[in-house]
Amino acid sequence: MSITVRNLTKYYGEQKAIDDISFEVKTGEILGFLGPNGAGKTTTMKIITCYMPPTSGTVEVDGLNNFDHSLEVRRKIGYLPEMNPLYLDMNVLDYIEYSAQLHGLDKRAIPHRIKEMVHVCGLEEVRHKDIGELSKGYRQRVGLAQAMIHEPDLLILDEPTSGLDPNQIVEIRNLIKQLGRAKTFILSTHILSEVQATCSRVLIINEGKIVADGSPQQLQQEFQGAETLTLEIKAIVENPLEQISPKLRGIGSVNSVELLSQKDSISQFELHIEKGADIREAVFQLAVSEGWVVLEMHRKSTSLEEVFHKLTTS
Amino acid sequence: MIELPNIYPIFRRELRSYFNSPIAYVVIVVFLAIIGWFFTSNLFLINVASMRIVFELVPLIFLFFVPAITMGLLAEEKKSGTLELLTTKPVRDLEIVLGKFLAAWVLLAAALAPTLLYVFTLMPLGDIDLGPVITGYIGLLMMGGVYIGIGIFASSLTENQIVAFIATFLVVLGFYLMDKVLIYAPEGFASTMEFLAIDYHFSSIARGVIDSRNIIYFVSMLGFSLLLATASLERRKW
Repeated sequence: MSITVRNLTKYYGEQKAIDDISFEVKTGEILGFLGPNGAGKTTTMKIITCYMPPTSGTVEVDGLNNFDHSLEVRRKIGYLPEMNPLYLDMNVLDYIEYSAQLHGLDKRAIPHRIKEMVHVCGLEEVRHKDIGELSKGYRQRVGLAQAMIHEPDLLILDEPTSGLDPNQIVEIRNLIKQLGRAKTFILSTHILSEVQATCSRVLIINEGKIVADGSPQQLQQEFQGAETLTLEIKAIVENPLEQISPKLRGIGSVNSVELLSQKDSISQFELHIEKGADIREAVFQLAVSEGWVVLEMHRKSTSLEEVFHKLTTS
Repeated sequence: MIELPNIYPIFRRELRSYFNSPIAYVVIVVFLAIIGWFFTSNLFLINVASMRIVFELVPLIFLFFVPAITMGLLAEEKKSGTLELLTTKPVRDLEIVLGKFLAAWVLLAAALAPTLLYVFTLMPLGDIDLGPVITGYIGLLMMGGVYIGIGIFASSLTENQIVAFIATFLVVLGFYLMDKVLIYAPEGFASTMEFLAIDYHFSSIARGVIDSRNIIYFVSMLGFSLLLATASLERRKW
């Protein structure tokens, strides 16, 4: 299941929602859409799922143009829209059955598929309840169940974890990972740790344009600035600022040294290092030769948050 | 092109949702209570054993009954966002409209069905001419169908059920009154207005004569309103 998006542009009236977006998604990729609210994530997803056509440009799913072969494309896609709309007056089983029927599943296969979805999504306890009575976490599971009932090759999830508590987020994330094998995913979010935890590739969109494309690690490297190293040392010295700091600064590629705190014999430093340099070994050797005890050493590189912030604020 | 297996789940869900909520029961009970009142008072107080009062009254009640059952059909789904989900499933927009239309139509028929009891009550009491009664019921179903089509179209235009109700009511009221204001119509328009008037066609059917003019009217009105509703759903694609 591959998706090819070419020169996609969408206007809402005068307002440009997305501007000449092109990208490809290959089978098995979990693509994370990142971007501030209103950047065009949802619009792009609505176009891929055949909800509305673009102003210009094309989308092909498995080589099928999603405007000319709308029904075929829709059969291959499982979609969880933003806000997860559900029929609150239906009970869980009826709703999953309804989705199965809409997807044209074989009548004899439906009961089995429903059972499977209820099991996979952990809906056993609530399967006879009305959706309106369910908590947000369970509703999200119902949303996922309806999106996956027909075993789609492509799952498009618009903010699948928004509004969930941290435990539920982890649960849903695990569910996605568990199902993610051999499927293609596109999911949007503005929770960056989620992207890091689940996605194999990230697209950052800002003001309708793609501003970055790559794996989370690649993006971090590409947009890396100076690194920092936090260091906690136990050393019996009277004045660490004078007795330790200059020695640390003596190590190559250290730009500056900052004393963060000092309590009894334990002092904490932050070292600012040149981009790309790794001085951990040198620090360790120095500590050994000086007779300091290294309690903690931690290297911090640019986080995805910073990359995101850099790219989406102008 | 439409496929029945796509229409069926939409129809079934909509019908279930009618009967899962109190709306259907309330509407049907009110409907039957009003008709029952007039029917029995005619029968016992004025001593008239006739279905005429039913066929005169039902079109009037439909003016309220139909907007009430159609107002939510699409407006509610637009509001809650489920329409986006539905339209990204492999079903055509026309199939969505048809599924909902059929559900409302079946509900209307279900509300009408108990009034058949009156026919059976009357049969031993007087010489009921069954012909006009049968065509009368066919006429009511057709008329209700057209109203429902208009109601679905109105419901597709808004997210607000109350707006859908009022718009439907005004439009069907217009079609209902059209042949009753002919004397005020400018010359030359009168015959067109008469042909467009729904009650004109209904009363001609209810007299026991099903003319091709009437059939053409009902079928084209229904087809037109359902196509408008479909086009309105597709408006997101414009």
